[in-house]
Amino acid sequence: MGKFLKRAAQGADVPHDKGTSNLETVVMPLPSKITLSMGQHIGAPAAPCVAKGDQVYVGSVVGKAGGFVSCDIHSGVSGTVSEITTITAPNGAVQTAVVITPDGKQEKDPAIAPPQVTDMKSFVDAVRASGLVGLGGAGFPTAVKLSPKNLDEIDTLVINGAECEPYITSDNRCLIEDTHHVLNGVKQVMKYLNIGKCVIGIEGNKPEAIAKVQAAIDDPRIEVKTLPCRYPQGAEKVLIENCTGREVPFPGLPSDVGVIVMNVTSIAFVSKYLETGMPLIAKRLTVDGDIVKTPQNVEVLIGTPIRELLDFCGGLTAEPGKVLYGGPMMGNCVASLDQPILKNNNAVLAFSKERSHTPKATNCIHCGRCTNACPLGLSAKEIVQAYNNGDVELLQKLNADLCMSCGTCSFVCPAKRPLAPSIALAKIMMKNGGKK
Amino acid sequence: MDNKLIVTAAPHITGPDTTQKIMGRVAVALVPALIASVIIFGFNALILTVVTVASCVLFEYGYCKLVGREVPVSDLSAVVTGLLLAFNLPSTLPWWMAIVGAFIAIVIVKQLFGGLGYNCANPAIVGRIALAMGFAGKMSAYGFPVDSTSSATPLSSAAENIDYVTLLLGNHGGVLGETCAIALLLGGVYLIVTKVISPMIPVTYLGTVAVLSLLAGQDPIYQLLSGGLMLGAFFMATDYVTSPTTGKGKLVFGIGLGLITCMIRFFGTMNEGVSFAILLMNLLTPYIDELTRQDKLGIAKAKKEGTK
Repeated sequence: MGKFLKRAAQGADVPHDKGTSNLETVVMPLPSKITLSMGQHIGAPAAPCVAKGDQVYVGSVVGKAGGFVSCDIHSGVSGTVSEITTITAPNGAVQTAVVITPDGKQEKDPAIAPPQVTDMKSFVDAVRASGLVGLGGAGFPTAVKLSPKNLDEIDTLVINGAECEPYITSDNRCLIEDTHHVLNGVKQVMKYLNIGKCVIGIEGNKPEAIAKVQAAIDDPRIEVKTLPCRYPQGAEKVLIENCTGREVPFPGLPSDVGVIVMNVTSIAFVSKYLETGMPLIAKRLTVDGDIVKTPQNVEVLIGTPIRELLDFCGGLTAEPGKVLYGGPMMGNCVASLDQPILKNNNAVLAFSKERSHTPKATNCIHCGRCTNACPLGLSAKEIVQAYNNGDVELLQKLNADLCMSCGTCSFVCPAKRPLAPSIALAKIMMKNGGKK
Repeated sequence: MDNKLIVTAAPHITGPDTTQKIMGRVAVALVPALIASVIIFGFNALILTVVTVASCVLFEYGYCKLVGREVPVSDLSAVVTGLLLAFNLPSTLPWWMAIVGAFIAIVIVKQLFGGLGYNCANPAIVGRIALAMGFAGKMSAYGFPVDSTSSATPLSSAAENIDYVTLLLGNHGGVLGETCAIALLLGGVYLIVTKVISPMIPVTYLGTVAVLSLLAGQDPIYQLLSGGLMLGAFFMATDYVTSPTTGKGKLVFGIGLGLITCMIRFFGTMNEGVSFAILLMNLLTPYIDELTRQDKLGIAKAKKEGTK
């Protein structure tokens, strides 16, 4: 009751549709080409360090990090660079991309070897060299995340296994198939960053994963927290509050409350990289949607064209309406099936034209569902009104910039108003000082 | 094929609730009270309800056609307004008066302000109040149960002898939808269970009335079960458009309703306590909303640390 008066934060009862959660991951064979975008992460894009005609190997660096908050890009195939071109990222930005035609031999780059890790610095350097970014979807370079200014104040590692988006089960499969790597990754991060405690948050709709991880834990400092099945449990701030009871201040970072958050797939990759030295070149992702013939979890090389991935899953049974990178709540629409898989993709969903239909928006009836569902306590209705009136002062008062675009408000709106996209525009207007 | 892919902003799915479904549930929740009113007041109650609902829908259709606005009749909000307005009328009211009430509710209170979502007061409440002002005699000529000997409304001074069972069953005088407390409770619980309304407003409203009745030396159960309180608390005060959105706002709203209702009932001379309480609180809703926003995650904390 007290909490309800303070902030209802009810979240949304999204459908789960996780039909692929029991399907073992299959490995997709070599595609005809891979297209490696230089902007697969938050921060400065990488710069290509190969030229047309160059020979590259599995694990070769093809793009060098373009700054501190940036990340190397590696080839997943051995073959020849056939083109340096540009592609349009899902957010509309134009990115340089390296296209590689595989030779089929899959020769490993001779430089690939398990990294020598002895202390915190060499550990973070190894993570940087691995090309790892936040694989839950954000794509924030992990090495930067592991270098907070107040490292000595970090006391808890939170592992995000919530996977609250409908359809997606790749993190669930990671927890089940790579349990050892998840826990080993946790231990390595705790060891080198000197963090005393770890909470692995998993939504209650993944009983198999929870049981498997719980059975495998052999360290009392690591615990599993079962999260309620209310979207968005996997949102960083919501996850931290539910796993540690701490509230991340705004503006601020999880490290301000002594927490580092990593996704399960990211942490499992850290463990694999320390063992093999093979950088991030492939990704497990869920291919699903009402027109995908064989929905499944696929381990696919980064850069694989979406068309070839869909063909591998039996192709589409009908004309597609929308094809998404990621889940239906926060995923981006793909403009062309020639777009490549990116590092931070965790799903490719294809929907029929009927399922892609956007319902017609009607008058706001002031029901308050958006306000009471918002995990952050924002009032979507008021923010959108202030945006329509161009009232930046009110937008600031309403803290519109706190919004993380989780889409809960749009989902629960009975009048089907596009609240989340309008708030995204309101945030831009705030940045531009009032200009729409 | 590629250039035909649809590109829109996330999210790409929406929840199952629609305005139409919500209004439909409210209408369903009013059915027990409607059945009770027909049993208590006779077939006339049903005819009056049909006339009121039909004229509400027709006024909405006609007005929207006239001004070239999209006709929103299928959202069922006019049906709900019609039902609620009819429930606030005595079963003996001439039909044409009910039609005037429907005109005031739909055209003046709702559509002139911009249609659903833009009205600042509950259309049915204003319709009732306008009729009560304009046709005071006919509006207070409460219908009486067809087969009953009791002949007073419970809140009139001559009727201190109505027992609780009669109040619960509604077998006494009053406007046609307000008398049967059991039917209204049934509908209210249905709305709470189906999450159409939050229990906050009815609970705080009824709670405040009960507490104030005790303090004023009145019988709280009698006060709760009589007059338009049950109908108002579950169906009229919880109208989304004209009530606050946050839990805190609903709490303030419910307490305010209780205070005004009791003041009118205990100190006033009119029998419109619930209607005026709801109308006054409707008008305060924008201010309550502004003063009762939720704590945003991380904002309060950042502020606290900033002042340290």
